[in-house]
Amino acid sequence: MPAAGFLFSKKEWLYFTILAALLLVVMPLAVDVFRLNLIGKYLTYAFVAIGLVLLWGGGGILSLGQGIFFGLGGYCMAMFLKLEASTPAATKIQSTPGIPDFMDWNQITALPSWWQPFYSLTFTIVAIILVPSFFAFVIGAAMFKRRVGGVYFAIITQAVAAILTILIIGQQGYTGGVNGITDLRTLHGWDIRTDSAKLILYFVNALLLIGVLLLAQSVRISKFGRLLIAMRDREDRVRFSGYDVANFKIFIFCLAAAISAIGGAMFTLQVGFMSPSFVGIVPSIEMVIFAAVGGRLSLFGAIYGALLVNAAKTTFSESFPELWLFAMGGLFIAVVMAFPFGLAGVVKDHVEPFFAKALARFSKPSPEPQPQAAE
Amino acid sequence: MIGDYTYSEFFSILAMQGFAGLILFSVFVLMALGLAIIFGQMGVINMAHGEFMILGAYVTYLCSTLVTTYLPAFFPYYFFLAMALAFVASFSLGVLVEWVLIRHLYRRPLDTLLATWGLSLVLQQFYRSVFGAREVGVTLPDWMMGSVSVSETIEVPLNGLFVMALTMIIALGVYFIMYRSSWGKRVRAVVQNRVMAGAVGINTKMVDRMTFGLGCGIAGIAGSAFTMIGSTGPTAGQLYIVDTFLVVVFGGAGSLIGTIASAFTISQAQSTMEFFLSGSMAKVLTLLTVVGILMLRPQGLFSLNIRR
Repeated sequence: MPAAGFLFSKKEWLYFTILAALLLVVMPLAVDVFRLNLIGKYLTYAFVAIGLVLLWGGGGILSLGQGIFFGLGGYCMAMFLKLEASTPAATKIQSTPGIPDFMDWNQITALPSWWQPFYSLTFTIVAIILVPSFFAFVIGAAMFKRRVGGVYFAIITQAVAAILTILIIGQQGYTGGVNGITDLRTLHGWDIRTDSAKLILYFVNALLLIGVLLLAQSVRISKFGRLLIAMRDREDRVRFSGYDVANFKIFIFCLAAAISAIGGAMFTLQVGFMSPSFVGIVPSIEMVIFAAVGGRLSLFGAIYGALLVNAAKTTFSESFPELWLFAMGGLFIAVVMAFPFGLAGVVKDHVEPFFAKALARFSKPSPEPQPQAAE
Repeated sequence: MIGDYTYSEFFSILAMQGFAGLILFSVFVLMALGLAIIFGQMGVINMAHGEFMILGAYVTYLCSTLVTTYLPAFFPYYFFLAMALAFVASFSLGVLVEWVLIRHLYRRPLDTLLATWGLSLVLQQFYRSVFGAREVGVTLPDWMMGSVSVSETIEVPLNGLFVMALTMIIALGVYFIMYRSSWGKRVRAVVQNRVMAGAVGINTKMVDRMTFGLGCGIAGIAGSAFTMIGSTGPTAGQLYIVDTFLVVVFGGAGSLIGTIASAFTISQAQSTMEFFLSGSMAKVLTLLTVVGILMLRPQGLFSLNIRR
């Protein structure tokens, strides 16, 4: 548990500084805009991983359906951008100008009423947070109130992810089907496809991520965060102490959903489309591995885990596509069998003692051991 | 008259959809039986179950190709050999996986889930490297082709009938193994009270390993049967895994009757609705109903009252 100090302990503030410097200074200086955009995309998954650290590492609740919330956030954003891209002037070749192109292709002649509110940016931003949270609330309330947990919860969230994917693909007139919502251009007249826009979006994304990290940390060190850990380890005792365990679980599930949704929305903005391939079972379980590789208990680890696994995925699938699934499968097995606490565990057990020892040897009156970031 | 159909046409359609549902039911039961043993009896989530099934399917495919090339005379009967081999292959892989992976993770069910998912990815890529990414199909012997005409408008395909008969035999076999044999008694004793079962001299580790192997072996037979009604690809197993888990959970983990009942309900609901709605909406509605019912009744349709 964090020692004294505002939000983080001294050591954690050092990690925080390293991370912030890496995201805000080193990365933008070291790579070109194309790669930076890719890194920005990886960082959107880090939102989901942070949510999972709270939910799974903190609360012991494994959700295999975080793609649902990532996708819902992403789709909300994509609907707004699509409506802006589908002005009557831009779509005058369609048989019904002014509606998104995929609706026209599917012989839909009027904008469905539930698409209407997404003309407003304010509504969209509110929806990005509230729609997934509401969804999580419904699932969570139904499950946790009846004390469904553990593997049952995991299977049911997975089933919900499958249902949502089938629904999105099946209703292609309303959702864009398997291709998703593509060809997104501007945000309030600001072209999001230019290099300068990508740079700005990267920074917005990185700052949001750091904000979410601080929020997650403040949740963890609060009384609620401690209750969550107590619930993870001895749920019955917490219940017998008079706490309503279900409500706490519902809250953390909704929070993790909202955080994932922010990631989804930033994903749409940076990548320029949203499709069901980021919603279903396979992406959802991959998101769990980001958190697992980073260390399921470590918020910093979640970010590094998302970065590393995705970077590895891109490199592998570019150069050795047939090896990637072997590597990914091996990673799942290795993380579970050998490194249950992921990178953060390795740093804590091996890197930190190493630096502490090295420092003690070189400067006799060692003031404070200087650990290094998990890289 | 109902819509554009006469009553007799409508009745025939219902019967045919019902029969299509029965074939789906057979596949569900075959897959779910293995899972019900592993998940219901041991509490282990095996996400690679679909891949064990596909292993059986590929073994059958290999048998079919080898027999056609080297032993054409034996061809009409190769299927029974293929099924036995499929069982042996999946059973052995299952025992190996239990020994290497699962036995270290009995106390961490969520981690088992992730590890077996990793295993499923590895197996998928393995199949893709060995057999290619394209779907393969087996050649059916002549006696399995064709169909029986029940009435003028209703035809029943023979391979479907065979799969159903097979399902029934295997379901009965599993019932006897689990509830009528001394080995099944040991398995159930371990499920109900592991420590006491160990204390009276049951080798609980061996029981675990064999139970896991048996579940995987049945998945292999399911895969073998699967080749008769569809083609096999490296990722075919993943398509069914969530449905199958829902079948098992819906039926009530630990109850074989429940598993069969829920496989029947889900498959009939889905195939009947497929006629009235599009395929995807039928599936969405079925799954939503199942999830909805599970939210109201988390223990499933049939549940054993075991003190844990």
